[in-house]
Amino acid sequence: MSTATAVPSDTQDQAVAGAFRGYLDRVRGGDVGSLPAVLGFVALVIFFSAMRPDSFASTRNAANLLNQAAPVIFIAMGLIFVLLLGEIDLAAGYTSGVGAAVLVVLLTEHGVAWPLAVLACVATGLVIGTVMGALVARLQIPSFVVTLAWFLGLQGVLLLVVGEGGTISLSDETILSILNKNLSPALGWVLSLLVVGGYAAGAFLGSARRRRAGLPVVSPAVIGLKVAGLAAIMVAVTLVFNAERAVNPAIRSLRGIPLIVPVTLVFLLVLTFLLGRTGFGRHVYAVGGNPEAARRAGINVPMVKIACFAIGSMMAAFAGILFASYSNGVSPTTGGSSTLLYAVGAAVIGGTSLFGGKGRVIDAILGGLVVAVIQNGLPLITQKSGIQFIVTGAVLLLAASVDALSRRRAASTGQ
Amino acid sequence: MTEDPAPVLRLRGINKSFGAVHVLKDVGLDAWAGKVTALVGDNGAGKSTFVKGIAGIYGFDSGEYLFEGRPVSVSHPKQAAELGIEVVYQDLALCDNLDVVQNMFLGREIRSGLTLDENSMERRAEETLRGLSVRTLKSVRQKVSSLSGGQRQTVAIAKAVLWNSKVVILDEPTAALGVAQTEQVLSLVRRLADNGLAVVLISHNMNDVLQVADSVCALYLGRTAAQVDAGSTSTTQIVELITSGRSGDLGLPPTLAQEAVA
Repeated sequence: MSTATAVPSDTQDQAVAGAFRGYLDRVRGGDVGSLPAVLGFVALVIFFSAMRPDSFASTRNAANLLNQAAPVIFIAMGLIFVLLLGEIDLAAGYTSGVGAAVLVVLLTEHGVAWPLAVLACVATGLVIGTVMGALVARLQIPSFVVTLAWFLGLQGVLLLVVGEGGTISLSDETILSILNKNLSPALGWVLSLLVVGGYAAGAFLGSARRRRAGLPVVSPAVIGLKVAGLAAIMVAVTLVFNAERAVNPAIRSLRGIPLIVPVTLVFLLVLTFLLGRTGFGRHVYAVGGNPEAARRAGINVPMVKIACFAIGSMMAAFAGILFASYSNGVSPTTGGSSTLLYAVGAAVIGGTSLFGGKGRVIDAILGGLVVAVIQNGLPLITQKSGIQFIVTGAVLLLAASVDALSRRRAASTGQ
Repeated sequence: MTEDPAPVLRLRGINKSFGAVHVLKDVGLDAWAGKVTALVGDNGAGKSTFVKGIAGIYGFDSGEYLFEGRPVSVSHPKQAAELGIEVVYQDLALCDNLDVVQNMFLGREIRSGLTLDENSMERRAEETLRGLSVRTLKSVRQKVSSLSGGQRQTVAIAKAVLWNSKVVILDEPTAALGVAQTEQVLSLVRRLADNGLAVVLISHNMNDVLQVADSVCALYLGRTAAQVDAGSTSTTQIVELITSGRSGDLGLPPTLAQEAVA
């Protein structure tokens, strides 16, 4: 609550301690946020690094892990919007498959320029999402049923377009580079500087604006600590990825932050802005929290729902581009099997509630990294894919239990 | 009956039927600025139907709806809100996952360009709460899920008065509250009127009514039994108006009161 600019250092210490105590209280009260995901990520990385120090804990694998995680993270970022409503989109996996098919067919078989192909791919997602959203919001069919039908239908579409057992390969350099190229080490440092500088500027300017408006502000010491923490993470990440990771550097050097990192950061920024700073975002949370209250407040609830499904499917279609980039093409199983479950798992592990009204876009990234570490690390320990499914299922169940328990705790402590 | 300044809200001869059921028969109500008008009546007397009509959830079949002396037509909640009539329903319609400021401005957010103007909203919410002398809230950035029943009621009422409204209708605001919280909410109701609003308080609870109401309008089986001055009427008389539609020479003529039962 300190509003003065020059606060003596002992009050600054108190402010930091107070902020920390407030955070602990929130966690104890059931508002755990992304804490389980962060702890889980750290624990898993330590575990796999100890088990497989040379294969898992290599910078090469770290870069591969990010590229592996990207499609699921993008689907999950879109799913957050649907989950915030308290709805589900089971078709998101195959939406990405169909998006990939549209992209690859246009690029490979019709020679369309890549920007147009990307646009067509995202437009496909828009159409799929709008129709699903309209069925849920206007006809009030449960989203589970609507998207289950689309899950089956889109799987069929993908099979017809790609052909049974076939694959269509992709040779477009631009699309392939998204998950195969890296920033130059210098650009990596520029990116880190932008991230830390941008965060610091946003936090301090926002705080200054609140002070001018005469509102209580967070102590500068607390903001400073957060900025320092982010800076430490960014420096560590940049150092790791800027190290040489080629098997034979003399032939072809392999260094730098993967290109997918800045791409993901841009989406994170735009979608977080949409949810946190705009009227639309506020209405999404309201509809997820209490649809009746939202309706009485004059919010067009069906439109909000349709928009969320549309955003979810567009993000899934974009994830299809990443699938195509990662596997150099599209096959009838692109976006299939457990893709959707991994994406839902990522969102829930990250701290987004399946009950609606609670979640952030960054949850998808944190949870997606946890899922990717399991997917990446387990095969290095055991060849049995059965065990991998069981472990991933167990982690998802654990995350859903944390969600449900924190809700109960929140209800009983009134947080 | 008080005949001092003209009422902000005056309804006369209101009728409303749902199919064959004639729910409101020639009902009337006056509400004055700066006064608390209690709307009382037994279950099924038509209180809710009456209030929903005033709020524009549905239109009345016939009757006069006068706002500040002008006849108005209200058939949609937006129209009522534009006139400055706000209703706080019993279920409060708050989003648990949003904070106090976000709830107060829900659907009517202040924007600057693309973004929400959080600072202006927070300041106005603070001002409104301060204007109502609300001191029970720790922070306006608390989530509603962390508030007690009385605090939630306070937020819902503050939300209703935020928009320079002239008439605030409160549907059973103390029904789910404990003794201390009931006191808090009732004193808030009193302050609303003292700030110059016309308050209509729907209540079952005679204690609440006697404590804060200036005027009492009793409904009896879909008719207005009488609207009386709270100061010059005894509890017994009000209870009789509620239970039998008449009390001495107050209320419905004996024939009508009998007919209503039949």
